[in-house]
Amino acid sequence: MLQFLFRRLLVAIPTMFIVVTLAFFMMRAAPGSPFVNERRLSPEVERNVMAKYGMDKPLVVQYATYVGGVLRGDLGPSLKYKDKSVLKIISEGFPHSLFIGGMAMTLAALVGVTLGVVGALRQNRPADYTAMGVAVLGVCIPTFVTAPLLVLLFASTLGILPTAGWPAATQPLSSAWRYFVMPVVVLSLPQIAIISRLTRAGMIEVLRSNYVRTARAKGLPEHSVVLRHALRGAILPLVSYLGPATAGVITGSLVVEQIFQLPGIGRAFVSSALQRDYTVVMGVVILYAGLILFLNLVADILYAALDPRVRLS
Amino acid sequence: MQGAVLKGRSLWDDARRRLLRNRAAVTSMGMLALLVLAAGVGPYLTPFTFDQINKNDVWMAPLTGGHLLGSDALGRDLLARLLIGLRVSLAVGVVATGVSLVIGVMWGAAAGYIGGRTDEVMMRIVDILYSLPFIFFVILLMVTFGRNFILMFLAIGAVEWLTKARIVRGQTLSLKQREFVEAARAAGLSRDAIVARHIVPNLLGPVVVYVTLTIPGVILAESFLSFLGLGVQEPLTSLGSLISKGAQDMELAPWLLIFPSIVMVVTLMAFNFIGDGLRDAIDPKDR
Repeated sequence: MLQFLFRRLLVAIPTMFIVVTLAFFMMRAAPGSPFVNERRLSPEVERNVMAKYGMDKPLVVQYATYVGGVLRGDLGPSLKYKDKSVLKIISEGFPHSLFIGGMAMTLAALVGVTLGVVGALRQNRPADYTAMGVAVLGVCIPTFVTAPLLVLLFASTLGILPTAGWPAATQPLSSAWRYFVMPVVVLSLPQIAIISRLTRAGMIEVLRSNYVRTARAKGLPEHSVVLRHALRGAILPLVSYLGPATAGVITGSLVVEQIFQLPGIGRAFVSSALQRDYTVVMGVVILYAGLILFLNLVADILYAALDPRVRLS
Repeated sequence: MQGAVLKGRSLWDDARRRLLRNRAAVTSMGMLALLVLAAGVGPYLTPFTFDQINKNDVWMAPLTGGHLLGSDALGRDLLARLLIGLRVSLAVGVVATGVSLVIGVMWGAAAGYIGGRTDEVMMRIVDILYSLPFIFFVILLMVTFGRNFILMFLAIGAVEWLTKARIVRGQTLSLKQREFVEAARAAGLSRDAIVARHIVPNLLGPVVVYVTLTIPGVILAESFLSFLGLGVQEPLTSLGSLISKGAQDMELAPWLLIFPSIVMVVTLMAFNFIGDGLRDAIDPKDR
């Protein structure tokens, strides 16, 4: 176990290092500067501003300073919002993204597993085809198509859900939930599709296995065979999907937060990238890369804990 | 029928037979042929060009004023724009997939065939790149170097080669042990010649399947970038940019959102069904 963790760290550390390095040099190679506004700065002022952020020093020195800061957990100041640090921007936006993303993952797991089990139990019958048809649609209809179409239907035409926005903190949950419905559903659809396919495949295989036959032979009722015995084995492959799923939800959140005007970190990333707010962009990339690496590790450990056949070596 | 040669059923004959029995895949191939034809020839047949601004035809609903699918805020014909957008999206899909194919096959075949330490290092690099959040780097690239068409091909292609390299390496490792490779080695062929003439042609099967599934992925990635405002530039367009623009104006002109969305979904579905069908045909045990 320890050896396994050690080896994973051996890959994770250079990966994070490459992330930091690539992000740093690519943003610096960008034409244009964060300080170019509508108003042109006089050369002296510009030099002062550059000096303030240490951008007058040689690139290598800047890089070393930045890496040093990251190691101490300091991602530097935002270049656009004078009084905010990158950490502050991230800590303001991240909870919102985490909430929507977490809800979406939960919904995707519930619906996806249900569809997959139904499909496997009724293999090659109408229920199966319906469930898998839903899955194919989920893969083929991208987030940026479902989101505006749902807005058109539920907000503009039917008027039962708000078009966009985030409820005020004072708003009671009984009315606030309406704001979350569409973002969560849109974000979860592609995941539902993939999870239901994985569950169906796993379930079909497990239902033919010896231990399920044994459970049936013992005379256990069908629901107990399916839910207590087969399902456990069938959803194991899902655990290792945790890492890629996170990456998918993060990518989707870039679009969803844009369309539904959510104050999350995805929207902060896109607008920072367009405004060349270097430090914010690098901070978000580092955060996301770390998150994906971490969840991949969690998935591997979970997998080994749940399945005694797998040894972490 | 005297003298008729008994023709054996090769692996590929079997695969083709299975593929042609798959109704979804066959329908999708027909659909895709139509889409390609429309993207290739269609733009020459429309009464308007895709960048033609018609001041008197602003916000025309479908089937009015000679605009079959309506027009946008500048009076540009949606059908003409849709056909060009489809052409751009398909082109991005094919070219970027081609780029990833070349890199992936060369990398994977080299790693698998040379083996040993080289293999270890090459695949470790793939592992590391794999865990990067790549879409962020594509976004950074587009921001850094501006919205450059060629660069977008390269960026997306460079992202997609990793899985191909893994598949190809795995196949190469098993092909390397086979008798015909040994025979080639015994005949004194050079290493490069063996890889190029004997290894690569034999790993086409799984690669073909994966390529058909990469194309829709690439189209999706391009549309995603276009949606965020980082894709192709006006007046040129792609399915993603059309959907993005349509979403902004959807309350006023829903057709600008709906038609591009339909074309996008049909295109992606066609590729996915063909890919699934090919996989089942070439490797039936995975059903």
